[in-house]
Amino acid sequence: MLNALIWLLGFQLIGELISRSLSLPLPGSVIGMLLLFLTFSVRKTIPDHLKQTAPRLLSHFSLLFIPAGVGIVLWRKMLQPYALSLFLIIVVSTLATWVVSAVVLHVLQNRHNAARGQS
Amino acid sequence: MNPAFDWAVHSPLTGLFLTLLAYRLALALNRRCHGHPLTNTVLIGMVLVIAALSASGMSYEQYMQGARFIHLLLGPATVALAVPLYNNFLRLRKSAVALLSTLVIGGLVGILTGGLLGMAVGLPRPVLLSLLPRSVTTPIAMGIAEQVGGIPSLAAAGVILTGIVGAVMLKWLKQRFPHFDDVTLGFATGIAAHGIGTARALQYSETAGAFSGLAMGLNGLVTAVLVPLVCSLLHL
Repeated sequence: MLNALIWLLGFQLIGELISRSLSLPLPGSVIGMLLLFLTFSVRKTIPDHLKQTAPRLLSHFSLLFIPAGVGIVLWRKMLQPYALSLFLIIVVSTLATWVVSAVVLHVLQNRHNAARGQS
Repeated sequence: MNPAFDWAVHSPLTGLFLTLLAYRLALALNRRCHGHPLTNTVLIGMVLVIAALSASGMSYEQYMQGARFIHLLLGPATVALAVPLYNNFLRLRKSAVALLSTLVIGGLVGILTGGLLGMAVGLPRPVLLSLLPRSVTTPIAMGIAEQVGGIPSLAAAGVILTGIVGAVMLKWLKQRFPHFDDVTLGFATGIAAHGIGTARALQYSETAGAFSGLAMGLNGLVTAVLVPLVCSLLHL
């Protein structure tokens, strides 16, 4: 647990420093994730402590969004006049994004597999 | 006011305890309802905390004194997504081109549909601009909104609503498209509904969560490039 926390916080810290010093549009935690992935790829293995801790931390990932989500109360007054149209736009647009992404990826993967099967 | 109650409102213990308790109750409700989409744990957890805050008169700032310890863990947990991602290394390498093409197309659909629908119903310009980067994580969305002339805090609200809508729809979408694999489900969820969608995808499988987390991260980059382009395209 201790080693895993040091690794995860260390990679996030490096990510934050890179993000800020290059003013990248990616948050430090995402850069940290990509760097940690690269580290695993170079070492060709995942350290045991992370293999054990990561799934436990991720099993309650939903919990971690509650504090930011509660922040929506701050914008209640600003959102109220457009509540219905905002809600409909968000539903339709999120649905369209999901369906287009999933169908495109499904088709591309199947085509790739079919091409591989023929060769 | 009762001094003990006053202490509780100002103590970081309260916000921390309230968040954990709300999440625990949300989990129990979700299990009781056999994972019904409307019992999404982020949604119910939020609703319970908001109800407790308005009943007690505690402000968001007072709540965050304790809740920020949980919020802080979001960073290292996102970094930890590298573990399931590496476990899918072979799948990732095999589908790299398909994944990147999907990312650009999906990212563009997210921005364009939001922008066009917002124009169609006549949303005021700052509100519309704040909606464009809805599909990415909050800090990125706030930065993009500010850059194009939107309102950062409104952008953050749009992001959270989008994540919840995406997470709630996932079960239904999974039933509609039963032949899509976990990579496809996860990746589409990450593009459409960022971190809250990723949390939902993780409840299905580690693979779905890993690809959702990857899509969430990369879509931040794609959206940062595409939003200003779409703005000039639509003459916003």
